[in-house]
Amino acid sequence: MSCVRKMTREETENRADDMMIDVPKPKIENPDEFNVHYLRIYYGNLFPYTDIHKWLSYGHDGKHPGCDEFYFGRREFSFTLENDVYLRYKSFKNASAMGDAIKGNFPYKIDIGAVYSVDPDKRHAYAQSGTNVFTPVERELVFDIDITDYDDVRYCCSGADVCSKCWPLMTVAIKVIDTSLREDFGFKHILWVFSGRRGVHCWVCDAKARRLTNEQRSAVAEYFRVYKGNENNARKVALMGYSLHPFLARSYVDFLKDFFEGELQATQSIFSSKEKYEKILEMISDEDIQSELRDKWENSARSSLSEEATSRTRWEQLKNTLHSKKQKAPTLRMCVEEIVFTFTYPRIDLEVSKQMNHLLKAPFCVHPKTGRVCVPIDPNNCDEFDLLAVPTLSQLIEEINSGGSKMDVDEDDSERSLLGKSIKFFRSSFLEPLLKSCKEEIESSYKTKIGKSKDSFSW
Amino acid sequence: MEVIRSQKRTFSNDIVSSPTIPLYLTAPPMEVRLEEFELFAIDRLRVLKGVSDGLARGKNPKEMDDLVDSLWKEHMRHSDVSEMFNKDIISHFVLRLVYCRSDELKKWFLSMETALFRHRFRLQNLEIQRAIVGEFGLPYKAVTGAELESLKERLGQVVRSLGQISPTIESVYYKVPFEEVPDLVAGRRVFIQKGYAFVAGSQLVSLVVTQFRSHISKALILTNRKWTTTIREREKDRLTPIVEGLSTSYLGPDYSQSSEYADISLKDIDQVSKSSFPLCMRHLFEKLREDHHLKHGGRMQLGLFLKGVGLKLDDALAFWRAEFTKKVGSERFDKEYAYSIRHNYGKEGKRTDYTPYACQKIISSAPGVGDHHGCPYRHFSEDNLRAALGRMGLSSRGMEDVMDKVRNKHYQLACTLTFEAIYGTSCDAGINHPNQYFEESQKILKSNAPTAPV
Ligand code: SF4
Ligand SMILES: [Zn+2]
Repeated sequence: MSCVRKMTREETENRADDMMIDVPKPKIENPDEFNVHYLRIYYGNLFPYTDIHKWLSYGHDGKHPGCDEFYFGRREFSFTLENDVYLRYKSFKNASAMGDAIKGNFPYKIDIGAVYSVDPDKRHAYAQSGTNVFTPVERELVFDIDITDYDDVRYCCSGADVCSKCWPLMTVAIKVIDTSLREDFGFKHILWVFSGRRGVHCWVCDAKARRLTNEQRSAVAEYFRVYKGNENNARKVALMGYSLHPFLARSYVDFLKDFFEGELQATQSIFSSKEKYEKILEMISDEDIQSELRDKWENSARSSLSEEATSRTRWEQLKNTLHSKKQKAPTLRMCVEEIVFTFTYPRIDLEVSKQMNHLLKAPFCVHPKTGRVCVPIDPNNCDEFDLLAVPTLSQLIEEINSGGSKMDVDEDDSERSLLGKSIKFFRSSFLEPLLKSCKEEIESSYKTKIGKSKDSFSW
Repeated sequence: MEVIRSQKRTFSNDIVSSPTIPLYLTAPPMEVRLEEFELFAIDRLRVLKGVSDGLARGKNPKEMDDLVDSLWKEHMRHSDVSEMFNKDIISHFVLRLVYCRSDELKKWFLSMETALFRHRFRLQNLEIQRAIVGEFGLPYKAVTGAELESLKERLGQVVRSLGQISPTIESVYYKVPFEEVPDLVAGRRVFIQKGYAFVAGSQLVSLVVTQFRSHISKALILTNRKWTTTIREREKDRLTPIVEGLSTSYLGPDYSQSSEYADISLKDIDQVSKSSFPLCMRHLFEKLREDHHLKHGGRMQLGLFLKGVGLKLDDALAFWRAEFTKKVGSERFDKEYAYSIRHNYGKEGKRTDYTPYACQKIISSAPGVGDHHGCPYRHFSEDNLRAALGRMGLSSRGMEDVMDKVRNKHYQLACTLTFEAIYGTSCDAGINHPNQYFEESQKILKSNAPTAPV
């Protein structure tokens, strides 16, 4: 085995190449849902090795003469084991080598890194020979959105907790980003995955996305950024200019406005109490308007309306007031939009997207604290995603014990098993179209290559 | 490009016929005289250093346009357009050779050439800009007719989102893969659809600069390969020494002769050291007075500086003797130290007249334990530097500006800001040489003197 050792937190942070999404500290909250014994059974029977291998091979399956058969072998994996032992720069020749390593180590968390110029496992050997530099060459464009970043706009939960009232914030984030990735950037092969506990991950797998440089990744990430403010500035979103950029305008009209006025008001009643609405009044950079609204709302404090109805009424009042004063100051021009964006626009951890060598947790891992599987989410039906219905490890084990159903997903009844539906979705909606386009690309670049070498012989 | 010794130079005609900004795609088939090889390169280097200085001072794009315009006129202009064009090309290719030799050099050259190109491009009229785009062979089609019409509303939205009231769009847009204009994407300054950014004519610069940069970057790698495999060895008696010297060359006057403002005598030296020495020399001077000794590096740095400010050999000997004898006795002074002072004045050994050190040399020196030479902006700890600047009389506001430059490793700029703060005037040329610092300061003090009798 290559390098097994325990890393202290400090060490992890000090090593520049050891960037992690978060420093893992798996502590089992609920041993009924998650334990090592269950995990062994899961990796032994249910984890979809072949699908993951097919995905990360991107058509380089050795069947076509244009294939790069070492492609998969240059991909970095990292394992977080029980008790924080952390293995980085692992790489595997093929699906069975990967399967053996996972079954042998039963990692609490598997991260996927970049495809490097040489096998990550053998990077030291190459470094000594001095011929090949160890550097990332391909990497999916990834996004990480975490509900903990929404604590100032949700009143049902905080921190790592999440419930069906605040989860829709994630749903609207998926819609905004997914639409832009497809419509604006023209990407087609996009995988959304539940992170197992409190957020979502996005993998953009088009060839063009995988080959973006860090600078280009940063550009895409910045395109999505609207938050400029910080803890010391109530006006977190500052929209300048006389109009929204077409991307923001579409996001606002198609998703954010309706979500804000509908679901968000219904679940969070964001104007219902003084404590809540003061935060919003602070975003209006005009004291006269602030106090005009405050007076109105303080006097109506004891109305018989429900919280939700009160909240809706106040929002209408705010809009009307702002509308009537629209010409007053340029900072008020887009105040309504700014409030909506502050509450609903996706809060992406942009640093994760900017670097090729950032690691991200693999789909179909099991989150050690919740015991839930990181299943794919269908962006076209993300409203239907129910985080409480995501299978847990114990449910899966129970299913195996009772039905004896060793999960062979090639069988027709796979649809009925707990995980089968997710795997089927992964295959039909993501993997198959992806591999089809990869094969086409390999074929066409092979043809041009052959064509070129033919030309050079024709003297 | 062929370097020759003869006076005659031949041009190929197709090169000189396009008097715009060259893209330096291929080395031109022309002959270069050996003197021009170096002289042209030095002139271009002055431009690039000026650009670097402007960027470090945080000039905005408009100010940079003006700066580049004036730098170019000062150092590169020639009444004959084709001469100027040739000088442009020759100097670029020579410097490419000079700066391909390490990653650090490459990085500097790449950023400065790119910045220079960006601002030269911006200074051209639209027609020339289009011609340059054409020359790059950028494969982008202008969007016109029905397609443009169908995008009109969203392009107008972009224009308005950038702060223009009316949604009037430009007449020409180019359809470009988004990944080729990362800065425009990052700032949401373009409309993007299905992977293509719609770049307005006025935003072309971003596109062209990206191309230019990637072209130069690749070319530097190739040049480096050629340099290490063949050129360095083949030209070791002719071009190699010039090339190796150029990257560290200091471009100002060498202050080996003292000028009208540099004429101090022993009796003024203490007072002048306080009023006109740059921090590096002031520090050495104070340490010498305090310890009655300086190690070799310090003696050289201060000794040559004093020579440059006009201290005569006899005075210099007397000056050093007075201090050193307090520590080592006069016999040892005469035996061990007097020689090197005379040496500095060209009176011993090879009898070459040594020239005072420029900032670049001082900054890149590596003082060890017990050494006091070097540049305080670079070699002092933050605390010590703050204390020293305080003693020079810097206000806390000025101090922060200086420390800011230090943190960004712009030591000479830090020194320039110190100068500006102390004497209350601007020093646009920047400090490049301790003797320059001294002379500029004397100029100011002497011009003030008559109105302020002591
Ligand atoms: S910048 Fe030059 S003059 Fe100023 S202190 Fe440093 S070396 Fe001396
Ligand atoms: Zn909640």
